[in-house]
Amino acid sequence: MFLVELRKLVGRPRTWVTIGLLAGLPTLVAVLLRVTGVGPRPGQGPAFLAQVLNNGALFPAAALALVLPVFLPVAVAVLAGDTVAGEASAGTLRYLLVRPVGRTRLLVAKLAVTVVFVFLAVLVVAGVAFAVGAWLFGVKPLPSVSGQTIAAQDATWRTAVTVAYVAWSMLGVAAVALFASTVTDSPLAAALGALAALVTSQVLDLLDAAAAIKPYLPTHYWLAFVDLFRTPVLWHGVSRGFAIQAVYIAVFLGAAWANFATKDIKS
Amino acid sequence: MIRTEGLSKRFGGLVAVEGLDLDVGEGDLFGFLGPNGSGKTTTVRMLLGLVFATSGRIEVLGRPMPRAAREVLPQVGSLVEGPAFYPHLSGRANLALFDAALARVGLDRVGRRPVRAWSSGMRQRLGLAAALLRAPRLLVLDEPTNGLDPHGTREVRDLLAELAAGGTTVFLSSHLLAEVELVCTRAAIVDRGRLVAQDRVAALLGPTGRVLVTTPDVGAAADLAAALPGVRLGERGPDRLAVHLDGTAPEALNRRLVDGGVRVRELVVERPSLEDVFLRLTGRDGRVPG
Repeated sequence: MFLVELRKLVGRPRTWVTIGLLAGLPTLVAVLLRVTGVGPRPGQGPAFLAQVLNNGALFPAAALALVLPVFLPVAVAVLAGDTVAGEASAGTLRYLLVRPVGRTRLLVAKLAVTVVFVFLAVLVVAGVAFAVGAWLFGVKPLPSVSGQTIAAQDATWRTAVTVAYVAWSMLGVAAVALFASTVTDSPLAAALGALAALVTSQVLDLLDAAAAIKPYLPTHYWLAFVDLFRTPVLWHGVSRGFAIQAVYIAVFLGAAWANFATKDIKS
Repeated sequence: MIRTEGLSKRFGGLVAVEGLDLDVGEGDLFGFLGPNGSGKTTTVRMLLGLVFATSGRIEVLGRPMPRAAREVLPQVGSLVEGPAFYPHLSGRANLALFDAALARVGLDRVGRRPVRAWSSGMRQRLGLAAALLRAPRLLVLDEPTNGLDPHGTREVRDLLAELAAGGTTVFLSSHLLAEVELVCTRAAIVDRGRLVAQDRVAALLGPTGRVLVTTPDVGAAADLAAALPGVRLGERGPDRLAVHLDGTAPEALNRRLVDGGVRVRELVVERPSLEDVFLRLTGRDGRVPG
């Protein structure tokens, strides 16, 4: 079943268009930075962008910081929201289930391809950004956010952990969208539901009155991976982020399973 | 092959199916008839484990559903509320998505056009092909001739007869009475979620107890018939007379008429069409048959 789902994912032009667009945004930013030479002032604008002008090695992290707040979660929400609801609205869900494909198995396969997509998207963005950064800005030993330099292999694992962290954060989005996808038969409504949850979280995260619940918001620690580029590494935010996402992922996947396994399929 | 006992389904306050007892035997070509909204599709979905019953029991191929879905469904082919495919893939790719071996068994003629460019009749055929792929023992079809032209309808009908002759049990849900009357051996009629009749089609279409006589001597015929015991006269036309026989054999009426000098042009034992039975049983009898 996983292979079938994978074939569907890979065979869809929109998968590649989405990933292309995701990688295109940081590339466009890099070209503009290079042509104009005008970077954001240090400490302002998207993370790392100020330093990128001097050193392309930071660009993968900068690129992830660029697509993370909006673009990447929207893409993940749309894709994960389509998984079950898309089959329902196309009428293919009933034929999948009478083949028979077990409901749990179908959901697991859908989740697995979503994971594949998330990692693929994050890796492509990071990889393209690395190539673009090296080409346009050159690679030097990294100056860390805290001032000291970071050795090359040190930078590699920090970037690798960043990729894993961003992907994990996106799985939180995917879990919410997958749950929404089992609730409605409209893929659009499912994606919108997941995005509504994210926007709510992001708005609350800006609100002082919500200080008490901020640490538990799903988006609160998304950008904590910036701390990975400090010396010494500040693990607090990243580990909190991992743990909170794990809870959201477990809760929403559990809800998705409970709902889908007992649902009347009327589509 | 299919047996349900007291099968009921409620959606919130709406009762979709209530106390349905179906019995489909092996080799039956079973028609499942009902007006729109009578619970046919809900029943089909419960048989296939898509919708969970509120109460009652379902057995398909002798195993409880939906508990034994894993063993039962591989032997069941189905077409539920129209075919559905991935529109961006070709028909062949749609079928081959699951059955990789299919790429080798001559589906090349289906062509490479994506399904979204197909006519609804072609999609319907592809849906049937998908239902037949695994040579099922039981075929559950919901309105299989929807969207087909008369030629296609005929083809499907012949195909179903052929499959039934080969031992496949067919459960055919339809509101097209003519279709069921032509192909099915047994039928159930549902209305507002309840079973109103279930029998062999021939029995459902048993004589109505009326005889239609066509003769130029209507007046004489009426007088002679009325003299027979238990006979009531029905409508009368310029050369036609309807007679309700109660206990009198049609041939006895005929002899009486002929012996009495009535020139009988035609004497027909009336049989209802399935449509008449259907309309009478579902209480939507808008007209008097005959």
